[in-house]
Amino acid sequence: MAAGVLTIIVVACLLAPLIAPHDPNHQLDIIRLQSRPPSADHPFGTDLFSRDVLSRVLYGGRLSLGVALLSTLVSVTLGTVYGAVAGYATGLKAVLLSRALDALLSVPRVLLLIAILAVWTTPPLRVFVIVLGATGWYALARLVRGQVLALRERDFVVSARALGASHSRILFRHILPNVVTPIVVAATLGIGQVIVLEAGLSFLGIGVRLPGASWGNMIQTGPYEFAAYWWISLFPALAIVLTVLVFNVLGDALLRVLQPRQTGTE
Amino acid sequence: MNEPLLSVENLRTYFYTGSAIARSVDGVSFSIGQGETLGIVGESGCGKSVTALSILRLIQQPGRIEAGSRIMFEGKDLVTLDDSAMRHVRGNRISMIFQEPMSALNPVFTVGDQVAEVARVHGTGSRRDAWARAVEMLTLTGIPAPGDRARQYPHQLSGGMRQRVLIAMALMMNPALIIADEPTTALDVTIQAQILDLLTDLQTRLGTSILMITHDLGVIAETASRVVVMYGGEVVEEAEVKQLFADAHHPYTEGLMNAMPQIGAGRERLNVIPGTVPPPTAWPSGCRFRDRCSFAWEMCEKEHPPLYQISAGHTSRCHLAVEPERRADPHLPLVEQVGATL
Repeated sequence: MAAGVLTIIVVACLLAPLIAPHDPNHQLDIIRLQSRPPSADHPFGTDLFSRDVLSRVLYGGRLSLGVALLSTLVSVTLGTVYGAVAGYATGLKAVLLSRALDALLSVPRVLLLIAILAVWTTPPLRVFVIVLGATGWYALARLVRGQVLALRERDFVVSARALGASHSRILFRHILPNVVTPIVVAATLGIGQVIVLEAGLSFLGIGVRLPGASWGNMIQTGPYEFAAYWWISLFPALAIVLTVLVFNVLGDALLRVLQPRQTGTE
Repeated sequence: MNEPLLSVENLRTYFYTGSAIARSVDGVSFSIGQGETLGIVGESGCGKSVTALSILRLIQQPGRIEAGSRIMFEGKDLVTLDDSAMRHVRGNRISMIFQEPMSALNPVFTVGDQVAEVARVHGTGSRRDAWARAVEMLTLTGIPAPGDRARQYPHQLSGGMRQRVLIAMALMMNPALIIADEPTTALDVTIQAQILDLLTDLQTRLGTSILMITHDLGVIAETASRVVVMYGGEVVEEAEVKQLFADAHHPYTEGLMNAMPQIGAGRERLNVIPGTVPPPTAWPSGCRFRDRCSFAWEMCEKEHPPLYQISAGHTSRCHLAVEPERRADPHLPLVEQVGATL
């Protein structure tokens, strides 16, 4: 169910250029089509600059989802590698890696992002993705570290060492495959978080800048006139809520489906 | 006997736990000949598993093999070997069979993958060759339909099957020595017998030496030719199996024998050795068994007994060797006397 809805959302956003009724940034008719409510021609209405809101939601979704997926990819990679190494290390190295992680976890992410993104007047999308990813891997790293720490003492790891496997082989070929489930679940839930974060930053004006459409900055254009022109903010907001909800439901479902294999083989 | 395959000399493995030092293995020496099965027997905490792990240098922090220990194998001292050379020995020249077939297999890979992995680790041949050899090894261990079984996950196999898989992994590189650490403890008695038969059969066919570690004298009787009895991190007696069963010298070995249920002995209570193994952080002075021994006298407290030569190939770490007349005069062991006054 959740996967179905997600597929529809993703496909719709990917096919935005094909199915969007209008160019998202084109001002159709500033006199006659300024801030029109939803109608047959414009199902989500038009905004203050007479742009089609439906088209902008589709294109905005492409950007929001793309940013979320790519930055999650970055953070999952960083978090997995760091967490795995921190969990497998022993002695002073383990202590240093873990304390460094605790320190990173204590930095408020939004403030850090504002500070970093303030460097650019208009941050390139690539930078935005990398910065989002590079600040989002600590929780996952801690999760992976905990799992690796527990698995490290298991007999099959001692067994792998007794077979003559090297440390990197043990860690990446014998231990990590056992951590895939929590990583997949955390990543799925993480995508939802990043969408909200991206929306929040764009809303604050430091993420995706206008006139490019993202769900966050679309909401930003609406609130001043929300009572009169509710559709301008409502539809991108609904898109966010629906997408995040779907990702969360999907994450929970994955957890339920994948968990039995983990516990069933104890 | 010609040059032994493995010769452990004065092995000491200590664990540094906070303030105390646990001297889990404290000066153990023994050797294994080509194609021989040596049994190490002793109760929990006597240091037999730590000895096994030390041979493959699998001791983890805070444990350490102390300087002065030597483990000679194929002309090399394993204690001082560098890490990459040691990895070449592990699984390749010396392999290990673990106690828990349940947890010694990785739950997320098929058993065939795991057997083949041994060859992959040691970088011999292609993926396909490794798989073919894995199936061959599974066949050798008597697993029915090995080709199909190889594609199954560990949780789909029974305990006995899994143990066969572990044996297949151990045989993969045709090692000179297999260390079997309580290979049958987690199995049913009937499966135990099958696994032991399999091991002895494979040994005669392949000429591999086996170090059989167990707490079960029955397993020793069935598989080993020579046996080392360990207590308190030390070797307390060593003899040919027949000799040991006929004429055990050390009171601890006698206690182990008496603790075995006898067929036809009626429904008596099983004999037990009173007390427990003292903690490895505080071995008693003198003889480490004296608290639990029914012959202990002053000398046992003052003097740590050396390994006395009893007869050819038979040694015992007990002062009774020099004062055999005391064997006629047993008394309550110290721990029971203390227990009675409490």
